[in-house]
Amino acid sequence: MHQVRLQIKGSDEARYSYSIDVQISAVLQYWSKPKNYPLFIRSVPVQNELKFHYTVHTSLDVVEEKISAVGKAMADQRELYLGLLYPTEDYKVYGYVTNSKVKFVIVVDSSNTSLRDNEIRSMFRKLHNSFTDVMCNPFYNPGDTIQSKAFDSIVSAMMVQAS
Amino acid sequence: MTPIEDTEVYKASVRDNMMRWQGNLRLHGSADWVIVVVETSDAKKKNKTNILPRSSLVDKIRNDFCNKQNDRCVVLSDPLKNSSRSQESWSAFLLKLRTLLLMSFTQNLGRFEEDMRTLREKRNQPGWSFCDYFMVQEELAFVFEMLQQFEDALLQYDELDALFTQYVLNFGAGDGANWLGSFCSPVKSWTGLLLRRPIDMEKRDGIQRGQASLLELRSYLFCRQCTLLIFLQRPWEVTQRALELLHNCVQELCLLEVSMLEGALDCWVFLSCLEVLHRIEGCCDQAQLEANVSHTVGLWAYATDKLKSLGYMCGLVSERGPLSLELNRTVDLLAGLGDEKAETVHSLQSPYKKLKEALSSVEAFERHYLELSHAAVEMYTAIGRMRSARLVGKSLAEFYMRKGDPEQAESFLQNALGSYVSEGWSLPVTHTRKQMAECQKLLGKTENYLQTSALLAGDANLTNEERIHFCQEILTFADQSTDSKAQKVALSMSYFAQLKQLQFRPATATVHSGTALQVELCLRSLMPVAVPLEQLAASVHFNLEQGETNGKTRGPQRRPYPGTVLFPLGNSSAMPPSAAVPSLELEEIQDRSPSDPRTLNSTGMVCKNTHLVMRRRDSSPSPDTPNLVSPVPVVMEDGAKMLMSGDVTLLPGNNSIVFSVPSQELGTYTLRQLCATVGQVQFVLPHISPLVQYEVYSQEPQLTVEPLTDQLLAGLPQRAKVRLQTGHYTVKKGDALQLTNIDSIPILTSSSCPATIFNSTAERVDESVLFIQSSDKVTSISLPPTPPYHTLEFQLEVLCVIPSDPVRPENQRLTNGEIHHRPRSYSHPDNHMTAINQRMSVDCPWSIYSTPISLTFYIPFKAKHSLLSAGNRKYIQVCLQNVSDVNFHLMDQRLTEKHHESSLELQSLNTKAHQLVCSKQSVYCVWDVRWKENMPVCLQCVFSASFSSASEEVSAFKPYHYEFQLERVTTLYSVRAEIMPAAGQQNCHSGSLCGLEMSITRLAEPDDDEEDDGGTEEKGQTETEEVCSTKLMYEVAGSSWVVYGRSSGLVSMPADANANHRVQVELMPLFAGHLPFPDIKVFKYLPPSANSASQPDTDSCVENGMLSLIDRPLDDQGDTASFCSQGSVHSVGSGEQQSRVLPMPRLEPFSPGQVFNHSQGCQVLVLPSTDDCVLEINAT
Repeated sequence: MHQVRLQIKGSDEARYSYSIDVQISAVLQYWSKPKNYPLFIRSVPVQNELKFHYTVHTSLDVVEEKISAVGKAMADQRELYLGLLYPTEDYKVYGYVTNSKVKFVIVVDSSNTSLRDNEIRSMFRKLHNSFTDVMCNPFYNPGDTIQSKAFDSIVSAMMVQAS
Repeated sequence: MTPIEDTEVYKASVRDNMMRWQGNLRLHGSADWVIVVVETSDAKKKNKTNILPRSSLVDKIRNDFCNKQNDRCVVLSDPLKNSSRSQESWSAFLLKLRTLLLMSFTQNLGRFEEDMRTLREKRNQPGWSFCDYFMVQEELAFVFEMLQQFEDALLQYDELDALFTQYVLNFGAGDGANWLGSFCSPVKSWTGLLLRRPIDMEKRDGIQRGQASLLELRSYLFCRQCTLLIFLQRPWEVTQRALELLHNCVQELCLLEVSMLEGALDCWVFLSCLEVLHRIEGCCDQAQLEANVSHTVGLWAYATDKLKSLGYMCGLVSERGPLSLELNRTVDLLAGLGDEKAETVHSLQSPYKKLKEALSSVEAFERHYLELSHAAVEMYTAIGRMRSARLVGKSLAEFYMRKGDPEQAESFLQNALGSYVSEGWSLPVTHTRKQMAECQKLLGKTENYLQTSALLAGDANLTNEERIHFCQEILTFADQSTDSKAQKVALSMSYFAQLKQLQFRPATATVHSGTALQVELCLRSLMPVAVPLEQLAASVHFNLEQGETNGKTRGPQRRPYPGTVLFPLGNSSAMPPSAAVPSLELEEIQDRSPSDPRTLNSTGMVCKNTHLVMRRRDSSPSPDTPNLVSPVPVVMEDGAKMLMSGDVTLLPGNNSIVFSVPSQELGTYTLRQLCATVGQVQFVLPHISPLVQYEVYSQEPQLTVEPLTDQLLAGLPQRAKVRLQTGHYTVKKGDALQLTNIDSIPILTSSSCPATIFNSTAERVDESVLFIQSSDKVTSISLPPTPPYHTLEFQLEVLCVIPSDPVRPENQRLTNGEIHHRPRSYSHPDNHMTAINQRMSVDCPWSIYSTPISLTFYIPFKAKHSLLSAGNRKYIQVCLQNVSDVNFHLMDQRLTEKHHESSLELQSLNTKAHQLVCSKQSVYCVWDVRWKENMPVCLQCVFSASFSSASEEVSAFKPYHYEFQLERVTTLYSVRAEIMPAAGQQNCHSGSLCGLEMSITRLAEPDDDEEDDGGTEEKGQTETEEVCSTKLMYEVAGSSWVVYGRSSGLVSMPADANANHRVQVELMPLFAGHLPFPDIKVFKYLPPSANSASQPDTDSCVENGMLSLIDRPLDDQGDTASFCSQGSVHSVGSGEQQSRVLPMPRLEPFSPGQVFNHSQGCQVLVLPSTDDCVLEINAT
């Protein structure tokens, strides 16, 4: 599993600088099996990584719930963006599911107010595009953890931007 | 309300009153009024007489007051009467009243909102207070609420909420408003939400006074929102908003840096959660609650979480109970709660009571905490959020661990671990596993603990120190209690080390019994430190099945893998489970339309192993995966054969261990398990897959003789390679091969010949010398001592004598019609050399049976003879063809008559005594045959020559013999033909007739050899019937001639010598040119009686005789054309059968030397016919 962490600082004008935690992870539900193993997880900062993992893992519950709720109605024109999955005291968890049931989860620190719904949505879209590029790589074996440098750099750029 | 008698009264008093009232209204700035005039029918009647219609009371009032606003005056007629008119007027009145009221409200509220907005716009001015503004906007909300406009009321609160939130956020961004300072003051009270009252006046007062804390403001705001939402029948929004609120408050307090007693916020959140839940429970029935668990479960979990952290904070979770510091903290926290509110004093289950009770004692806390946790778990499970449920379960497990109750904790941990493992989340796996290890250690589940320790020791997510710690745990356990006889603990090898590669030496993995075979294992140790192994053992399953083929000899088999088995790499302990998922096997399919193969109907991908890929994976993981939650019992198979290697130290990373494999018993050995023993601990790899096998075989001694060249030539000394594969037999000194001699194939005995010994891998080991002794019956070859499974090779020189009798061609038809099979010789398919199979039998020392050995020799020559005649003179020609690929020297060709008749002389006409016969070429030799007296009927000749291979330096000439027999050599008749042009012509012309004159002359006296096969008996008959004349039949045929008239006929030749018979036949040439003479064939004509007499069967003789009598007239007619055709049918085999049915005269050809044709090869000039315009030119 590939994990890189990045510290993102708040803006300079702020009286207090908080660390803003953004965790981006793509979780693949491999074909239609009940498999939800991480393809790619990346988080800043380091100290709470374990908690992130637990959070992302738990958020899959809600993702699945949302998929199944929507899936019955209109599976075709489903909105990929699932919105805020659930808030916790510390994080906001957003979800996104591709048509092939690859799940993207972005976890943002609750204190980060600069990221609105639209920003998150565009982050997901970028992530999805980049993921599509990864899948197009003929040397990528579907289901393997993602080790693409391009994907990695896009995620990093997004996390820097999110600060 | 003024009773008005009539218009006059109105004018007098009421009008003034109304004017005053209007003035009052205007004074107060109110524009909302209406005048109601009540008419009764009585009054009307009364006025009917004297009042003019234009001046009714209503009109007057309207005139006076409602000049502009005509609608402000309403007439109500007969309100107490039940008439349609009355009702109409009532409804009109109410409608008007409502409209006016609404107008009024709209106007007023609009004005109010305008004021409010103005106030809000001032928010950036100094001195603006949120609390004041709050009161103003809340007033509006109250109005809406009173008007039952809950939606609008809620909107007001939401706006307030948003405004406040924005301020807090701005504050966080550095843009602090002064009024916010009051909210930053330390929080003294954390009573939680109070949702039972519609309006919490206490808090409202606080806000009004500007003394409310942030929590109080938030609480009040939410309380109002909650009330309105419940009015709106949206209880589930309450829960959702509550959760948001609570999270938000926590954030805001942090953002504003409000100082608060540690744990106070937890108390507030806990109380608030429960309060919301209670409120919701209060307004919904059970079924509704159950259906909407997903909305409430978040609150439950949050409350649980908070209670837990309170518990930890106040020392209620530890085994020892709270410390004094923690007790003080508890007291402080409880103080902040204040007194219980009046509404809930009497309820038993209020959140306040719960919290107070939970914080009061360890037991109570446990009870409450467990209650909440279980509720949360159950709810999560009910709505299928298994991961969340497991996370709560895990924190429950942590609680139990703190309480010193690992038994309870274990199952929760196992559940959680299983979920993480199956979904491949490595970090949670490691974390949970660590907790698991702790739990198992406390529980004393040694085996499980060791297993988990092994997993953790190899876990890359842990620090090296942690890994070493867990590794040491294993080693410590392994070292202790070595003397006890307790069962060793068996753990799965995959946690400990991975089998990466296995290599056989020799690579074939097939050895004969008794040979050394080595297996090299490559083990990758996952441990962070070097682990000394007492023993590394591989259990081997032995299978006799394949080894039992003792009877048949079997050589080393080639295995599909070249001695190295690579094991698929399982990843480290916490790998993604994709390793367990088989990779997709995809294949492209193209569906082409049947009519036109160039067009493609569809194309796609097909997964070939869907059954594997799509298999459900949520069932228990396969026992091989190292991620097992509970260890699968790993059992070492007993009674199996073991490969052992003692005292190995496994270093971290790859290690190479070599086993040497015993190979005494024959059979197939399968490596089944691998077991590493460290003191009391055994690491067992339960299955080795892919299958690893090696074979031990035994081989019978085997003797083969092969030609050294690709074919052995008969007649020349040839070398053959003898290969003796000893198999399991050891050749001792004195062992010898006994070859039974055959006359036709003598073994050229040199007294000794070199032999080479090879080992089983075809390496040259030794050389020695063989001794060959030969007696007249047996050749004995003494063998050098040779170890088993070696190969002894030596060369023997053999010579096959060429049989002198002419080998008849194959498939020759015998008289009985059967195909004659020659068992010992056949023709070589490539070069048509005649082959001779020679069989020898060899007696070997290891067997009582003799071994047959077959060698095939090829005769390099083919000989043909022919008899040539020139009148009476005879010549014998022998053609010797070299059919082999070798060039030969040939000398000393001789032809001898077997019986050495003195009268006969064979004079050689060959000039060269020494000749080279190249491959595929022939040599012709001719002899002149002269005889003095009577020519013998039968000449038995032997052609002999000496040959040697041209390539050989030292030419040892070997003899070649060819025997043949010539019969009926003497010339009996001579035929002479002459072609004469038509009368008066110089030459023959094509297309015109010419004559052929043929004269047949008898050269020799008719004697016995004239009709040899008829036998004497027949001859006697012939003489009596035909009176010393022989009937001959001639036949003229030629491809370029057309015979006019009869082409054949019978000629009766007198018996005296020089008797002549002339026949004339008319011919026509078909072409012009030098045409060869037509063929003239002469046959011996045997009449039917003579034929039947030749039958040996007496019955058929009689029968044939009778039939031949009937046949006779036909015979006399001499229809020779039919004879001719019949005669041609009369072949050797079938003639007799046919003659039995229809006795026919028989034609018998003369043997080649008996008729001499003088004009054979003569040509005659034929000119083209004069009128021919077309000249035909044949160019060949």
